[in-house]
Amino acid sequence: MIGEMTINEIQEGIIEEFAGFEDWMDKYAYLIELGTDLSGLEAQYQTDQNLIKGCQSKVWFNAKLEDGVVKLEADSDAIIVKGIAALLIRVFNNQTPEAIMNADLKFIDEIGLKQHLSPTRSNGLVSMVKQIKMYGLAFNHKANN
Amino acid sequence: MSLDPIKLRQDFPILSEKIYGKPLVYFDNAATTQTPTQVTDVMVEYYNKYNSNIHRGVHYLSNKSTEGAENARIKVQKFINAAHSHEVIFTAGTTESVNLVANSFGECYISEGDEVIVSEMEHHSNIVPWQMLCQRKKASLKVLPFNDNGELMIEKLDELITDRTKILAVNHISNSLGTINPIKEIIDFAHSKNVPVLIDAAQSIQHKKIDVQALDADFLAFSGHKLYGPTGVGVLYGKEKFLNEMPPWQGGGEMIQEVTFEKTTYNELPFKFEAGTPNYIDIIGLGAAIDYVEAIGLDAIDAYEQELLAYATEKFNAIPNLKIYGTAKNKTSVISFLVEGIHFYDMGMLLDQMGIAVRTGTHCTEPVMQHFGIEGTVRASFAFYNTKEEIDALLAGIEKVCKMFGVKHA
Repeated sequence: MIGEMTINEIQEGIIEEFAGFEDWMDKYAYLIELGTDLSGLEAQYQTDQNLIKGCQSKVWFNAKLEDGVVKLEADSDAIIVKGIAALLIRVFNNQTPEAIMNADLKFIDEIGLKQHLSPTRSNGLVSMVKQIKMYGLAFNHKANN
Repeated sequence: MSLDPIKLRQDFPILSEKIYGKPLVYFDNAATTQTPTQVTDVMVEYYNKYNSNIHRGVHYLSNKSTEGAENARIKVQKFINAAHSHEVIFTAGTTESVNLVANSFGECYISEGDEVIVSEMEHHSNIVPWQMLCQRKKASLKVLPFNDNGELMIEKLDELITDRTKILAVNHISNSLGTINPIKEIIDFAHSKNVPVLIDAAQSIQHKKIDVQALDADFLAFSGHKLYGPTGVGVLYGKEKFLNEMPPWQGGGEMIQEVTFEKTTYNELPFKFEAGTPNYIDIIGLGAAIDYVEAIGLDAIDAYEQELLAYATEKFNAIPNLKIYGTAKNKTSVISFLVEGIHFYDMGMLLDQMGIAVRTGTHCTEPVMQHFGIEGTVRASFAFYNTKEEIDALLAGIEKVCKMFGVKHA
């Protein structure tokens, strides 16, 4: 994709942005802002099929393949979770299925989200990433068959 | 009678921990209570000096371990005032205790068309085992409802109980609402209709003095880790009459008297229900926890926790946009709440950043959430080692979160 940023370039941008925050409150205030600004999903897409299992809050992801790239939308009833979903959309939106499948998500660790959102059942982050990768896999399979 | 929380806190090293560099405020006591060194020391001592599989051992160590575990049984017996020590069965916890009764009592007494009653405010572990039993036996599960304050509508029992009702299972204290249920009244009424009662005491054993004989409870279940004891150990109290009639639930070592390939005869109580190597060091730890709690005194603990609850409830009620779920007259030190416009998970995550441990979600009581039409709550639950200063820290934390979300706070 000429002119589009790669997943790694986008991640670098996020890491740089978060490096500017002095404490956790600024970081979470920013996530709240991102969550508030994300336009979300229309009710028709808030289906059980789009619901990410294993989260304490409800998170929906809707994905489609258009012109060879994946278009992602997401919503959540919890704002911070929605903010995290917004970051994931920024990283994965408009990327090819293959790039999504092979992506190495280092930004979660580096912006200190992983330590706060440990991979337990209550944490949607791990499930969200898994779901997006599944979309990548499914679309890639579809494109090659 | 009063207690000194500052002094008692020193028994719990974890309470001095820093979380993200901030002092820990532990308000998740309804999920698990912390364990004092008086308990862990005893367990370490047994591991280091006496560890040996109990019962039937010929050697010194096995005798020491057996003595420790059986003394713990007697401590439990006295603690809940059971008539006999063999009415105390050690299990893995409340959940296993309920499953034991649902399976064994269920096998013995429940058949097609019979009925089991639970309340609307039960923990899933006092619903699902009964539901599974009812499915197996083609029996039906009936529900005793609660009102919007979170109080059981016990007047409905009269119409709920029929001549097909075989058991009623109800909690003493609700884990998500904090309601203290009038179990004596419930048991008396059920008994007047010849229905035995199982009490889930997981949330009351650490707050209230329980006397199974005075209550006339038929079964009572609780966990060690909610009584300042170790995880993985719990108790099922059952009346001798029932336990003798009920078949064993799990088979294995310990629970047998004689085994041939043709036939096995079962051991007597309590061992009939304790298949396999018992969790003896945790059992010994549970005994130590009972000693610890009794040295402070449950009355003193209850009085102080009520003081914390009253203090917190008053302050919480003063916060606009905050709603407490569970406003029964008779409550224990649990506050379930939501702030309008702030998801419980967001609230919990941000409080965690301030070193404050609360629980969020459905608290394994989805029907309670359905009653109120909500997805979950934030739950703060207090123990005797908590202080008013910590409640102030929680209030300041909630205020901070409200500010971050632009929700009016005061």
